[in-house]
Amino acid sequence: MAGSLCAYSQNTISGSVTTTQNKPLDGAHIHIEELHAMSNPDGSYKIQNIPAGQHRVVISYIGYKSLDTLLYITGSTRLDAILKPEATQLQEVVLSANNAVPKNVIHEQKLKTETIEKYSNASLGDALKEIAGVYTLKTGNNIVKPVINGLHSSRVPVISNNVRLEDQQWGTEHAPNLDINSAGKISVIKGASALQYGGDAVGGIVLVEPVKVLKDTLFGKTILNAASNGRGGSISSSLHKGAEKGWAWNAAGTYKYMGDREAPNYVLSNTGNRESNFAGDVKYIGSDYDLSASYSFYDATIGIAKATHIGNVSDLVRAINSGRPNVVEPFTYDINAPRQEVQHHLAKLNFNKRFSDASTLSVQYAFQHNSRKEFDIRRGAFTNKPALDLTLVTHSAQADWKKETDALTLKSGVSGSAQKNDASPDTNIRPLIPNYSKYDAGVYGIASYAFSDSFTAEAGVRYDFSKMDASKFYQKSRWTNLGYDKEFAHFITGDFGSQWLTNPQFTFHNISASVGIRKELDNGMQVLANASLAMRNPNPSELFSDGLHHSNGTIELGDLRTDKEKAYKFSATLLKSNGSFTFEATPYLNLINNFIYLAPTEIEYTIRGAFPVYRYRQTDALLAGLDLHTNWKIASNWQHNFSFAYVYGQDTTKDQPLIEMPPLNIANTIRYTKENWHQLFLELRSEAIFKQTRYPNNNFNVDLPVNGELVSTPVDVSTPPAGYHLLHFNSGITFNTSQKSTVTVGLSVLNIFNTTYRDYLNRQRLYTDDLGRNFQLQLKFNY
Amino acid sequence: MKNLRILALALVSITTFSSCSSDDDKATLVNEEEVITTINATLTPQGGGTPVVLLSRDLDGDGPNAPIVTASGNFTVGAIYNGTVTFLNELTNPAEDITAEIKEEGDEHQIFFQQTGLGTFAYNDKDVNNRPIGLNFVYTAAATPATGTLNIVLIHEPNKAGEGVSQGIITNAAGATDAQVTFNVTVQ
Repeated sequence: MAGSLCAYSQNTISGSVTTTQNKPLDGAHIHIEELHAMSNPDGSYKIQNIPAGQHRVVISYIGYKSLDTLLYITGSTRLDAILKPEATQLQEVVLSANNAVPKNVIHEQKLKTETIEKYSNASLGDALKEIAGVYTLKTGNNIVKPVINGLHSSRVPVISNNVRLEDQQWGTEHAPNLDINSAGKISVIKGASALQYGGDAVGGIVLVEPVKVLKDTLFGKTILNAASNGRGGSISSSLHKGAEKGWAWNAAGTYKYMGDREAPNYVLSNTGNRESNFAGDVKYIGSDYDLSASYSFYDATIGIAKATHIGNVSDLVRAINSGRPNVVEPFTYDINAPRQEVQHHLAKLNFNKRFSDASTLSVQYAFQHNSRKEFDIRRGAFTNKPALDLTLVTHSAQADWKKETDALTLKSGVSGSAQKNDASPDTNIRPLIPNYSKYDAGVYGIASYAFSDSFTAEAGVRYDFSKMDASKFYQKSRWTNLGYDKEFAHFITGDFGSQWLTNPQFTFHNISASVGIRKELDNGMQVLANASLAMRNPNPSELFSDGLHHSNGTIELGDLRTDKEKAYKFSATLLKSNGSFTFEATPYLNLINNFIYLAPTEIEYTIRGAFPVYRYRQTDALLAGLDLHTNWKIASNWQHNFSFAYVYGQDTTKDQPLIEMPPLNIANTIRYTKENWHQLFLELRSEAIFKQTRYPNNNFNVDLPVNGELVSTPVDVSTPPAGYHLLHFNSGITFNTSQKSTVTVGLSVLNIFNTTYRDYLNRQRLYTDDLGRNFQLQLKFNY
Repeated sequence: MKNLRILALALVSITTFSSCSSDDDKATLVNEEEVITTINATLTPQGGGTPVVLLSRDLDGDGPNAPIVTASGNFTVGAIYNGTVTFLNELTNPAEDITAEIKEEGDEHQIFFQQTGLGTFAYNDKDVNNRPIGLNFVYTAAATPATGTLNIVLIHEPNKAGEGVSQGIITNAAGATDAQVTFNVTVQ
């Protein structure tokens, strides 16, 4: 048995998948019997663990004729495939050692399948942090949002299965409503250069795509996770039926059950979470068209550390000064208030048609239903009533057309969406976000031209129209306090005693544009350069927020005067993808006009006590930074990965640092692999997060009772926590259980030394320490 | 040409479904039942006399207007007062008395009286666990004239077993503040 296993693992096949114009195909499928892999953005791929001998190899990519060949594989075999567009009937096999030259001017950074699986028990945000320049904005440990080059939330749209996720992404404590296990491919585009997805991605775009299989096959995967910290785990299972023609389908489900997490010195009470997710699609593939329907459902209950619920500034000061959470209870799986209950439905119909002139047309309709209930610690009868209950429904439709000729690629499309938010009045609390309707329409065109084998240029432009119509009650005192009585009297539609009923309406016309080049240098390096203009409209939170935020003890106020943001981003990427040392370096400069941010402005007194008031303000901002990633194959068994990210954020109007910019962070990974020993790998990862030394001083003084006297007390909400260093271990080993199935056993230890730390971009940093050591066991069955 | 036709068709269908969405999404006035707008501490001299009423009202809840805080009179040196605290929500019509609810959930609430030099405050009520709530109390005014501030704090879900908490010391009470009012008080 062992002998035969060793024989399997000695043979690998690798190479590249390109078009006849020598463009790399990103995400092409490579199948050898039950084994399969997907190509990287540069078109490269690798499959290991192949039994020696003759095999049928199938390489496929949508819109291209599949390559289907018999190949004798022994040792390290190289197969470079050149696929022709579907319209032509020819196919060609070229066995060579040449590397493909990517022509795409936009640099898309993709997560490896191994990375996606590693975070099977965590979240999308956690996994994306492995990309240099992507940080995380957390609320505790279950709510994780990606931060791209210092920007997040509305500035980083998530595109899931070609649909822009409308999951109330405006909120800093609203994580993407997405199951990482349903993703076949996850990638990041930094900046707004990918205009087909929208013109408002001031920070960048996260692209999540399901598994696509174009070969007649049926295979599945089940991942079981167990974690010591949280004393729970998850199970995730998926089945994929692929086809070159006819019916294909995917189905995937995940269930997650976790109890209270633990910091090194105490239990983080009420930090358990549950998730039940499903995603499935059915597709019919015809000769020159395909039609698909997909549906996904995300259902999560997320506990928020009880210690972060505070009544007023006195409580906040007590929390900051004590350095320990005020509530530490014994470990439990129960989730009480405060908590979030979030559900997201996404249904989609898609039709693709390929024409004889090498053009394709894709038409799609998507429906999204997002429900968010936030439960707070409330008195008596209100305990089981959500404090916030929002339902956001979005219909969207789009048509995209693409034509590829020898050197020229044209892309164009139109999109439209209608959205309605409903804030339930049954909460007995005035909602932070009001009822509103929003209509959007957009049109774009992108042309890319290969001037030579080594030089490609691309330019695109997009227009977006948006109209928003809200209905909201304002306390008359607040309306006057904000100065709306003079400017926005025309919005008032009703007088309800102490409150005005208003109907604010906004219309926006936005232009976004992008130009980029890709140049291959003589030494095998490539340089990509990009300039883009993006415009982002203020989100509902920036316009309308009006009330108390219990999680941070602040009164948050939006502003109806908020104008759209305009971002001019310039970036360049220097890539070296051949040889034993590869790297990518991306310096960038993002100049944002009318940058929207929250700043403390005053203290307000209510019967609960004192609260700092944070208002949305606008300024001009400059973000500049460098993302660097290198990979060094030291020896056949040893590999080193390095990533570095630094961002400098400055408010250029007030000449002070921007708030909540990710600190300098550096990660080093040493990996040992022994392929002929069941693909064993051992990995040690070091993460160094430095202290953020550039931050605005938003500290304030508040009169607090001390021994019966009111004493002016400073409240330090600004000083970032100390830097920290974490060490993680990860390992895996794969066994072939039969010709068609494998089992991978993974063991990992996060935060090996049980280091106590707090992170500047964790919104609970004022109250609790971050996670302590966590042992994780993962079993993965491929069949 | 064919592509253009399909695009045009798509555009038409988008406009159609957006224009037929209903317009019945007007906001509903929220009944803010949970808000405390008013705290009334009434201190009646033992053996009769005019009570002293300490009142704090904030009729716009968490709106920008600060509470209006008043004291109806001064305390008498050395006098003993029977005190009660009531909590009202005057945003609803009629006003809602929240005191009964606090009493019912006495084990999840406690009122603290923070001051120095004004005399002593002693709890005069008990929850189901025999721990004080503070809705009823006895105030013994200082033996010599004094002026100062009296903080009345209502804490939700305090750690009532915490050290000193049942004696009215807030330091170890944790929980979240539901109300906190500062009165200027004179003992003469």
